[in-house]
Amino acid sequence: MYELFKNLGDWLVSGEQWSGSDGIGHRLAEHLQYSLLATLVAAAIALPLGLLIGHTGRGAFLAINLASFGRALPTVGLVVLVFLASGLSMWPVYVALVALAVPAIVTNTYAGMTAVDPDVKDAARGQGMRWHQVLFQVELPLALPLIMTGLRLALIQVVATATIAAYVSFGGLGRYVFDGLAQRDLVQVLGGAVLVAVVAVALDLALSALQRALFRHRPA
Amino acid sequence: MIQFDAVHKRFPNGTTAVHDLSLEMPEGGVTVLVGSSGCGKTTTLRMVNRMVDPTSGTIRVGGRDVLEQDAAELRRSIGYVIQQSGLFPHRTVLDNIATVPLLLGWGRRKARARAGELLETVGLTAEAGKRYPHQLSGGQQQRVGVARALAADPPVLLMDEPFGAVDPVVRTQLQDELLRLQKELSKTIVFVTHDVDEAVRLGDRIAIFRTGGHLVQCAAPAELLARPADDFVADFLGAERGLKLLSLTTLADVPQAPAPEGGTWELVLDEARRPQAWRTEDAEIPVRPLRDTDSLLAALNESIASPTALVARVDADGVLTGVTSRAEIHEHAGETHSAHSTAGAAV
Repeated sequence: MYELFKNLGDWLVSGEQWSGSDGIGHRLAEHLQYSLLATLVAAAIALPLGLLIGHTGRGAFLAINLASFGRALPTVGLVVLVFLASGLSMWPVYVALVALAVPAIVTNTYAGMTAVDPDVKDAARGQGMRWHQVLFQVELPLALPLIMTGLRLALIQVVATATIAAYVSFGGLGRYVFDGLAQRDLVQVLGGAVLVAVVAVALDLALSALQRALFRHRPA
Repeated sequence: MIQFDAVHKRFPNGTTAVHDLSLEMPEGGVTVLVGSSGCGKTTTLRMVNRMVDPTSGTIRVGGRDVLEQDAAELRRSIGYVIQQSGLFPHRTVLDNIATVPLLLGWGRRKARARAGELLETVGLTAEAGKRYPHQLSGGQQQRVGVARALAADPPVLLMDEPFGAVDPVVRTQLQDELLRLQKELSKTIVFVTHDVDEAVRLGDRIAIFRTGGHLVQCAAPAELLARPADDFVADFLGAERGLKLLSLTTLADVPQAPAPEGGTWELVLDEARRPQAWRTEDAEIPVRPLRDTDSLLAALNESIASPTALVARVDADGVLTGVTSRAEIHEHAGETHSAHSTAGAAV
């Protein structure tokens, strides 16, 4: 056991492991690229949807059920399915990651919108705000803490799951996990897993800190 | 002036909120809508600024049919205050007050300057303007709500139970402030409450609604208290409506006599001849002197508390002008009541 951790430590800090197109630096960049792009696309789909449902109060039933359905979807299964349909490309990876991220963003956006005090919305309308002014000047700013929580959760989930890119022969930190498994190299598998976990936790902490800084004026 | 003409409101679920309402709310006056919950008073108020549209009938504000106006623009021209203040928690107090000026395109600088003026108008410090709503007390939040409604100087103010969520002491303060403001500004105010005392204090006219959205009676407070249209109104006004009527009449017309010299109880004055207490050899009871602007109800109350059945009367500076007996007050109380009752019978 001690041996394993020692080897893992050596693996993580050795200079040659970090450089080159096979190195941790490059894999980390790939991993972050997949994750950020997938989360961005998911946000582009999920935010308008969540805001619309939250503002109008219509379609909530549909959205919540779609979100549960999305959560229940097995990611690896989805990757294989899209892979079979589209052949060797990044499509399976992005489709699966976006499908994973959308539910968290939709449900949190919707929850944030419904949590806005009805009296505040009534007052906003009563002062003469048009619907888009109510949405962008009142509802959206007030729902923002929960919306950001949704984005954060989605990103963390995507980072943790983006290892599947390596499953269909692409890069990212998953490379170490799948290569390590194939080569029965436990140190490499563990190294990859540890890196993914560290990235996920670091992003979570950084984004939480950002959220606290942004909303320090808000009532608890 | 606000005119309701044969207004009906039926909600999609089938309940009738307002039934055949025809009502005029005079310009520059406070019209209070009262009634128990579900009587349609809030719906009536919300139809004025099109937060709710009537099923049939017309509502005119300043002669113009509200349904022919753009809802958002109409609302910007009408002040709107609600119970929980409805302040925007993410904006400073100053920016909350500047809401409507900004919507009207005044520009940030001018809108903030106006908001600063209004802070003072409603009795808040400039420092409060930089805070966020949750950092203020409930009473202060309501003041901000009133300031926000007044920001673009609208001729009409809608107030939906604005003081319903604050404690009685603060509520009385806010009512006083509103009366003071109204003396200066003479807005056409529609005020919804379920508190009869508040209605009597604030209203120039009171409209009483019954469940199902029926307007039962609309009259000046004194007339309403003296001659309720039916048992429903009488019940709603409560058993003490005679006393409430006395709260509307001042002492000004009640004669006074010189303070008695000698006797068991002596009225103690300070150097400036301000009444301090009733005193005998072994007791001293504090006295609460009354001015001409105090109500007959306050006088009656004081005469009961007074050991001599006399009420000390003072001028604006608190200097003794004379005394009035309990009997005199009783007589005037009776006259007030019958005067209002018979005046109505003649109409």
